[in-house]
Amino acid sequence: MRDLVKKFGAVVAANDINVDISKGEIVGIIGANGAGKTCFVNMVTGYLPPTAGSIKFEGEELVGLETRKITHAGISRSFQVSQVFHSMTVGENLMIALAIANNRALDALSLMDTPELRSKLDNVLNRYKLNAQKDITVSALAQGVRKLLDIAMAVVSKPRILLLDEPTSGISVEEKFDFMDIVMGALKEDGVTVLFVEHDMEIVARYVSRVLAFYQGEIIADMPPKKALADKKVQEFVIGKEHHKKKK
Amino acid sequence: MDTFLTILLDGLQFSSYLFIVSAGLTIIFGVMKILNVAHGSFYAWGAYTAAFFIGKFSDMGMPDALGFLIIIAAAVVVGVVLGFIIEQGILKYMYQRDEVLIVLATFGLFLVLEDIILIAFGTDPYFAYQPMALLAAVEIGGITRDVYGLTLIGVATLVAIGCWWLLNKTKWGTILKAVIFDREMGISMGINVPLVYTLTFIGGAILGGLGGAYIAPTISVAPGLGTEVIVLSFAVVVVGGMGSIVGAAIGSLIIGLLRAVAVHELPQVELFVVFAVMAVVLVFRPEGLFAPAKPRKI
Amino acid sequence: MFNDKTSKFLLVAGLLLILGGAFAPNWIVNQFMFGFSRALAILGLMVLWRTGLVSFGHAFYFGLGAYAVAILDIKLGVTDVFLRLIAGALVAGTAGFLVGFIMRNYRDIFFAMLNTAISMVLFGIVVKTEALGSTDGFAISMSTILGVSPETKYPLFVIITLVGMVSAILVNYYLKTTFGKLTTAIRDNEIRVEYLGFSVAHAIHLKYSISAILAGGAGALMAMSLGQVDPESMINWTVSGELVFITILSGPGNVIAPFIGSLVFEVLRTYAFELAPQAWQLIMGATFLTIIFFIPGGIWSVLEKIGGKKNDK
Repeated sequence: MRDLVKKFGAVVAANDINVDISKGEIVGIIGANGAGKTCFVNMVTGYLPPTAGSIKFEGEELVGLETRKITHAGISRSFQVSQVFHSMTVGENLMIALAIANNRALDALSLMDTPELRSKLDNVLNRYKLNAQKDITVSALAQGVRKLLDIAMAVVSKPRILLLDEPTSGISVEEKFDFMDIVMGALKEDGVTVLFVEHDMEIVARYVSRVLAFYQGEIIADMPPKKALADKKVQEFVIGKEHHKKKK
Repeated sequence: MDTFLTILLDGLQFSSYLFIVSAGLTIIFGVMKILNVAHGSFYAWGAYTAAFFIGKFSDMGMPDALGFLIIIAAAVVVGVVLGFIIEQGILKYMYQRDEVLIVLATFGLFLVLEDIILIAFGTDPYFAYQPMALLAAVEIGGITRDVYGLTLIGVATLVAIGCWWLLNKTKWGTILKAVIFDREMGISMGINVPLVYTLTFIGGAILGGLGGAYIAPTISVAPGLGTEVIVLSFAVVVVGGMGSIVGAAIGSLIIGLLRAVAVHELPQVELFVVFAVMAVVLVFRPEGLFAPAKPRKI
Repeated sequence: MFNDKTSKFLLVAGLLLILGGAFAPNWIVNQFMFGFSRALAILGLMVLWRTGLVSFGHAFYFGLGAYAVAILDIKLGVTDVFLRLIAGALVAGTAGFLVGFIMRNYRDIFFAMLNTAISMVLFGIVVKTEALGSTDGFAISMSTILGVSPETKYPLFVIITLVGMVSAILVNYYLKTTFGKLTTAIRDNEIRVEYLGFSVAHAIHLKYSISAILAGGAGALMAMSLGQVDPESMINWTVSGELVFITILSGPGNVIAPFIGSLVFEVLRTYAFELAPQAWQLIMGATFLTIIFFIPGGIWSVLEKIGGKKNDK
């Protein structure tokens, strides 16, 4: 990403962002509310067009592409508030995600429920420990399970880069490590480059190899987690005077 | 020149009753986000009630001037009674449901109310020409016009001014605008939104009824009255912007004048032109010309 | 592929009806013809409804289909059933495909209203144009089948039933493909569908075009069954409203539902008119409200509960 700028009128949500991310990195994106993290994710995934600047992935320009083209290029994301099909079961949600991942239009005219797809479904259910919920309608599920599903759906298209937007928000303190273990374990198997936006510094410290700290639309720190969390600027503008930002 | 003046006045008259009806429709949509198909029924009921009682009172030998009072009374009664029953009896239970489903429910209500008119008033047309005859005719610019039709323009102007004053100069107006802008913010600020909804619906219904009641003396009040008006006011509201009174005014003017021109110059396109404009606006500027600003929600 | 319960039921029911129709009195055969003709349009509207879209203007396509038959009859003397049907479906389908380019970007109220506007444009044109029959409409000559002039309406009934059956089986299949599954997915969460890599606009365009073809075919069949066309009963927004009513009445659960719903509608209307002509709209409106409030899944959901039938999604 080069010289990325995003303005909403007088509000500068992103100001001259410059960053390079390499394959296989696990990057944590931190910053106070309104610092520009979600805006950053929205721009990379094509949901919001930047006011200026460029985003290149393996040499190809992403700015100006529709969301689904970016997905086809190999970049996926999960959502802060899980975006799933609430009137269908977990199994059906994943089946649709798997079926679309084939992404040739004419395929869409063939029956969806094939043995091949079913075995892929079982595979995903196993890796994300969702077997028990396979036939339960999403609207009846707890937030935590929905987030797992949300992430699982983002992954079935075998993306090369995955952006997770606050994966543990809404997950209880006791469960968050188990949750992230499942997610990161499954992702490691596929060798996916992961960027995730997080408020929870414990999670960041445990799972990432590199931290990008945002403040008022700019990156104020770009370093490994231990150094980042000890950095003065990060302490002041992100973490706050207290040592930890505790999740509810 | 004669034709021009005729077209202009015809257009203004047509715009006038369209505006009165559409103002009600647009305000209901703006505040409650409901596209009320039953609005056509308020119009029809207003017309029938007014026509019926004007006839009755005339038979009893009452002075014709009473007709005007009856018209206002009819509008108010229709608006309050029907509006209250519908809002409290049906709509209240649907606010959290899909907006298209609510429109379908109002369509069902429209059908019910249409038949109740047939049952209550019969299928024969009513002619309540007395108020119009009372005001006789006048000569303007070389042509003869019914004074009654001109007063319609006056009434519409009054309604427009009244709405403007209500929205911009009273506390009620501010409350309404707050709810239009963001219902939930309104609730959290302590506004009694259910009450606002009920009063808005009744107010809108009264306007719908007034449109029908006032036009009654100039037409033959017969079954099917509401059907045409609904789509026309939809067209007005779409063109002007759903939820905007100014939009309803401009929309009514555009549609009313267009139609008048068509009727006089090229009758074949009379209906076509109205809906073509509606379609064009929907394609190029779906929010309408004057839609109230929508806050951007993250 | 075509082996599920629904398809089997459709085949059996279709054949039984065709057989039974040979012995049934005329008025029953007529009811079925009108009902099944309309059901074709409902099939299309059902697909749209499952996608979360309601069109208040499909009388546009219904009317195009009907008037295509009329104009072919009067201008070109075409009387063959199949030519008429194909013409109606094609004209409407082409219109739908073209309109679809714009329509696919609309949702909710705006989707409904744009359809209304377009249908009323056609209404306005037809009503005011002598050459198109104006408010009187046209009478349509009896349909011939591959050159043969049938003595009764029975052959037409057979064809309508067959067309209905085949269409239902095809739509049923469609709903089981990935494209078809996207109906509820799009309704639930469009953004997610896009993020998964599928174009919602393309999907909606396809469904809209299909619904136009079906509605056009329905109009053509209706015109042939009735023997006449007129704008008030085929293009006006009230007709669109009726189609929506039957769609909600039937319920979105299964392709069989539109046929049941259309028959119920037909019977209801005939009897309501006989008993109390002033009450038909009242009954329709009251039923509409009842369904919306208490039986949102329509007749089909009631049948499911009673019979414990499996719902083939």
